[in-house]
Amino acid sequence: MSERHDEAERLSRPRLSRRALLSGGAVVAAAATSGAVVARASADDTSTAGRTVDPEGNSPRATAVEPFYGAHQAGVATAPQAHAAFVAFDLRSGSDRESVARLMRVLTDDARRITQGQPALADTEPHLAVLPARLTVTFGFGPGLFAATKTSDQRPESVAPLPAFGIDRLKERWTGGDLLVQICADDPLTVTHALRVLVKDARSFAKVRWTQRGFRRAAHSQQPHTTQRNVMGQLDGTVNPVAGTPDFDRAVWFAGEQEWLRGGTTLVLRRIRAEMETWDAADTVAKEFTIGRRLTDGAPLTGAREHDEPDLARLTPAGLPVISEYAHIRRAHVADPGARILRRVYNYDEGVSADGTADTGLLFASYQADIARQFIPIQQRLAEADLLNEWTTPIGSAVFAVPPGCGPKGWIGETLLS
Amino acid sequence: MFSRVMLVVLSLGAVTATAACGSEGTSSVSAVAAASPSSAPAALSITDPWVKTAKKGMTAAFGTLVNNSDSDVTVIAGSTPAAPMVELHEVVESKGKMVMRPKKGGFVVPAHGSHVLQPGGDHIMVMDVPSEIKPGSEVPFTLELKGGGTYTFTALGKDFAGAKENYQPGADMGGMDE
Repeated sequence: MSERHDEAERLSRPRLSRRALLSGGAVVAAAATSGAVVARASADDTSTAGRTVDPEGNSPRATAVEPFYGAHQAGVATAPQAHAAFVAFDLRSGSDRESVARLMRVLTDDARRITQGQPALADTEPHLAVLPARLTVTFGFGPGLFAATKTSDQRPESVAPLPAFGIDRLKERWTGGDLLVQICADDPLTVTHALRVLVKDARSFAKVRWTQRGFRRAAHSQQPHTTQRNVMGQLDGTVNPVAGTPDFDRAVWFAGEQEWLRGGTTLVLRRIRAEMETWDAADTVAKEFTIGRRLTDGAPLTGAREHDEPDLARLTPAGLPVISEYAHIRRAHVADPGARILRRVYNYDEGVSADGTADTGLLFASYQADIARQFIPIQQRLAEADLLNEWTTPIGSAVFAVPPGCGPKGWIGETLLS
Repeated sequence: MFSRVMLVVLSLGAVTATAACGSEGTSSVSAVAAASPSSAPAALSITDPWVKTAKKGMTAAFGTLVNNSDSDVTVIAGSTPAAPMVELHEVVESKGKMVMRPKKGGFVVPAHGSHVLQPGGDHIMVMDVPSEIKPGSEVPFTLELKGGGTYTFTALGKDFAGAKENYQPGADMGGMDE
């Protein structure tokens, strides 16, 4: 409880301004007539005496704001919000560096406003903008954007379609794209508004190629930084770089030769279908053997707690590895923390067929400094032999360079396109 | 009882956070508007300036004029390199129809007040646009002020479905200022 109190205070105090106080006063008047509860000001805060509940009932989480400006784009190191929409565009033929720069100026202007709870310019639904709920808008450049803007010499080599893996069953409708916009917020209506604003401003320049929506547990359901569960019931994302650590910076932020991308990263977005019908047929022991972790708490089969280091060398009395040679966590294991990938995943669930089969799975969003050095070797090991492959099928794949962030007078992509 | 108090405190955070966002946004936006050099008295500024994209012909620019001085500021004319003709327009009802026409006396921005230019209301009319105003383009405007002086700002080109030059009868003109 006291932690939440502190959070509310942190949100309110540094931002108090005369204008805020004045609007607070107006709320008091409105609340008095509508019979809302009036709070007693705390003793050390006499200047704001008589502040009251928001008569509209907005929660502090709904008005919470993630910063837009910075060295990195928001939406990567940001603690994952509950809802996401990924939309990919194909640039219209005739697009060039000048037009894509204009596109990015408009989209950046939209993003810097709506992420801060302000309507976009010419916003036709401005009232939907007032609850940003930690909205972030993150842009990524696919190979086609480099080609259209004649900047392919600035494209890191591995920002390209992934090599074909034997497990892939890729569908065109979930694959590729010249420009990615990732929209994340703790409120699904906020995501919808942001998507509408950004698509309207992009469509003079580009066509929508695909849209993928995903979700995690609701923002209030668990403590922040709790590992989420996927639709197969597994804890998903236990071994993830932790934002703010040197390992995270090394694993995520681009440090290659293309200077324009420094402070940026790369994104691989894979759409992975979960084969729930056959997964249902597996018993708990088989499921845990497949992953190498317990379903109850995500602890490795050699440990007691979720974050215990798996003991990949431990043998059973019969002399077999406790964590199988083909268990998912062994195949995905990367010893060097700075060489891991950042998984920022979302579940999807698009409906149920007449016979009850679910169209569900995971939007596997993987951020890494270097796709060739980090992502591809892991994917290769998984594709070769991962017990989980029997129940998961990659059906979409797209790769993007995620430019660095910008300042108040800049725009996303200016380091490449200006 | 304790939880009741907590609820109040939490909601309190929401009120002030929302209000503070508003003031923050305004300041960052005016920074954009002021990015272009201005020969104006510091009294006048514009927040959220934008211009509707157009292939050619007519279009309009919008934003919120803000007067930080102790006396009224009157905008009497405007110009832009993007078009040979600019007028200051209002939208009024005439014989049951909403029509737009030049606003007599221009836009009066009251002392320490603001004047909203928006679709369906007062706006900066841009006429005879010779070549396309593209989305994402930055279009300079200069406003002439009563008593001499000018104010220059840059508006961002935005696609917009409304703000048609011929307003439809019965269309919602909401938010007219005067």
